[in-house]
Amino acid sequence: MIVVIDYNVGNVKSVCNAFRHIGCDNTLSREPKVIEESSGLVLPGVAAFGYAMSALGALAELIKEVASAGKPLLGICVGYQMLFDQSSEYGRHKGLGLVEGNVVGIPAGRVIPHMGWNLVKLPEGMDLFAELGEEKHFYFAHSFYADVADSDAKIAYADYGFNMPVAIQKDNIYGTQFHPEKSGKTGLKVLQNFAEICKKN
Amino acid sequence: MLTKRIIPCLDVKDNRVVKGVQFLNLRDAGDPVELGARYSDEGADELVFLDITATIRSRKTLVELVEKVAENVFIPFTVGGGVQTVEQIDELLRSGAEKVSVNTAAVENPDILAEAARRFGSQCVVLAIDARRSKTKSGKWQVCVKAGTEPTDIDVIEWAVKAEKLGAGEILLTSMDADGTKAGYDNELNKAMTDAVNIPVIASGGAGKLEHLYDAIVDGGADAVLMASITHFENYTIRQMKEYLRGRGIAVNL
Repeated sequence: MIVVIDYNVGNVKSVCNAFRHIGCDNTLSREPKVIEESSGLVLPGVAAFGYAMSALGALAELIKEVASAGKPLLGICVGYQMLFDQSSEYGRHKGLGLVEGNVVGIPAGRVIPHMGWNLVKLPEGMDLFAELGEEKHFYFAHSFYADVADSDAKIAYADYGFNMPVAIQKDNIYGTQFHPEKSGKTGLKVLQNFAEICKKN
Repeated sequence: MLTKRIIPCLDVKDNRVVKGVQFLNLRDAGDPVELGARYSDEGADELVFLDITATIRSRKTLVELVEKVAENVFIPFTVGGGVQTVEQIDELLRSGAEKVSVNTAAVENPDILAEAARRFGSQCVVLAIDARRSKTKSGKWQVCVKAGTEPTDIDVIEWAVKAEKLGAGEILLTSMDADGTKAGYDNELNKAMTDAVNIPVIASGGAGKLEHLYDAIVDGGADAVLMASITHFENYTIRQMKEYLRGRGIAVNL
């Protein structure tokens, strides 16, 4: 069973709805026992970084623990940003530190937030993008992005006037800045791929 | 780069989609969940649902509608109409909306934009503006509130610039003069807006032909085009719109 972490931020249900739509068992929970027994975890998030981290509270340590022990973890949007060391959104906030890098503002000189559908180059070997070809459009809505510094992470990029990292894979840790649950059929395929990864775990 | 977005707008009244002309003479356009799912399947980039009754009774109905839409639609959608508090924004986001638009409440209490942005992030906070050409000052537009029924002295462009500073992440700009006329967007308004703010602007009001979409993007500088009559009542599919735009060199998600 995939557990979508319920931590009092916006729009966690959309992820559950999308998994249900593709016939994948999932539950929304913040119970440590349920999280520990899951086949994989999804950390969603529509919130500002600092608010999301404080809403996560004590669950942060548990997530770090189970992810370090090898459980597949998929961070989405702010949930993806929280995988990194820190963010400078509305002050300086510490993240989960599972992937090296800092979350910083998208450089000025373009429309911000980066909101809408952008083309993501899908590198080979990123399991989330299996069978999706070389590039696909995904839905984004964010003003900050993760400047990935982790040499162990595979990275997918999108062009937003600069080469912006928008998805990572580091061992059992996965993350997408875009919203697979809101990226139509392509996004549902990404969630399907994550469900497959969890099954193998 | 980002593609230009095609956004069907579903004005909802008593659980039905309706569409009027210049905010009046409403016609029935179908069931909101069915229509939303259809547009999503056809390749719409986003949807906007506006509760145009926005009464206390309709608030609960709106939350239920958002939940139903979220179970069936896997593209982003914005919900608005009568949103007054940060708690209501929270409830709508939790029910499955990606973004919530505020209009009158932000005019009355601009801090709602700042508070919502701090709590949910700017990308969730859409400022909806109903704009009307000023009868006294040429080249100016005035903000109208309460579903367009009450004109204010507030200048549309100045208000948007202020709202951007406060934390609005997107402007949904409806020209009341053009709304439902199918005579084209007010691109003078759109251009003035896109020149003044750095956040995405959704042009709304007046789409009737495919070339209107192109004009709003190219002449108006819009990041997204919203339409209702042209999708609800005309025979244009989302795919036709996107193929047309792509044929004229506009990047779309097709």
